[in-house]
Amino acid sequence: MTNEMILEKLAAIIAEKIDSDPADIKAETTFEELGVDSLDITDIAMSIEDEFGFEVEVDQKLVTVGDLVALVAAHE
Amino acid sequence: MYVPEKVVTNDDLAQLVDTNDEWIQKRVGIKERRIAVTETTADMGYEAAKAALDNAGISPDELDLILGATVSGDDISPSLACMVQNKLGATCLAYDVNAACSAFLFLLETAAGYFARGAKNVLVVGAERMSRIVDWSDRGTCVIFGDGAGACVLSAGDNYHDSIFTVRGGDDVIKIPAAPGKSPFWQGETPEPFVRMNGQETFKYAVTAIANDVNALLERNNLTLDDIRWIVPHQANYRIIESASKRGGIPMEKFYLNIDRFGNTSSASVPIALDELNRAGKLDRGDKIILTAFGGGLANAACLLTW
Repeated sequence: MTNEMILEKLAAIIAEKIDSDPADIKAETTFEELGVDSLDITDIAMSIEDEFGFEVEVDQKLVTVGDLVALVAAHE
Repeated sequence: MYVPEKVVTNDDLAQLVDTNDEWIQKRVGIKERRIAVTETTADMGYEAAKAALDNAGISPDELDLILGATVSGDDISPSLACMVQNKLGATCLAYDVNAACSAFLFLLETAAGYFARGAKNVLVVGAERMSRIVDWSDRGTCVIFGDGAGACVLSAGDNYHDSIFTVRGGDDVIKIPAAPGKSPFWQGETPEPFVRMNGQETFKYAVTAIANDVNALLERNNLTLDDIRWIVPHQANYRIIESASKRGGIPMEKFYLNIDRFGNTSSASVPIALDELNRAGKLDRGDKIILTAFGGGLANAACLLTW
């Protein structure tokens, strides 16, 4: 799966959690800009597990959505 | 149920720690909580027990057993149940079960064993003075908890249909250390006796527990959500319920929530919610309900019953 495809799926997951438009979520968007806190990140990680079928460790410092894309891509 | 008169708002907490009303409401779902000023845990347990007995029309001497639950008892010994027995003037067997926030459901299960052996009436009571065991300088935990007590009188019957209990023992996610003591010989750690939680792990554990337990109960009893009047969850965090609702395909309207007014009262939260529902006329005889709880242990539980 390409990083673009992962980003698209992640943007959909994140947008659903925080009630925003997936189109506004880019690789360079920071979680801080989105108002995403540690519990949202956990919630997102659980949905990633559902969507991609593997668990991602979220205790490391994730700054941008691109960081999360890279984390998922590394598991792929 | 019994809750202290003193209301502590989010604005009040903003005077103590770096937090604000908007953040707490949005992130935890709590507007205010009750905090004990002079009431002990046993006082609150007694008041809730008395109200439950009055409501049931049962006198203390008709009780076969009192089961108590608390993580914030006044004393290690006597137990909460013993002190409630004392205050009620009852003479029956009385003891506590420790399963933190899930404990009320463990009391129901324990009571079911006594009913199977012929008990007629059992009083179950959860009472908490969480304000005693939270670190009031930690904004991550002190905004979450509240004080209060809830009780139910159970009578022999066949309305307790099914239950699920899961324990995954460990202290890495939720921990409440005991008082450190003053042993001149002890050389180990002496952690402060306050609630410590790994928020992310607690969230994940709780969401999964609610979603899985509720759906498992429905499935193995051949029921759908349409058959269930209420799902009464342990009131820990609005976002846990919200996420469990999405994950488990359970509409938010099915959940009875009062966390906005009372915060997380640990073992008291489920019986407080039940009493509110009952007194508000939102529970009728014959209604099927599911109770679901999770917490330190780790221990989670759910049960299906008919009111």
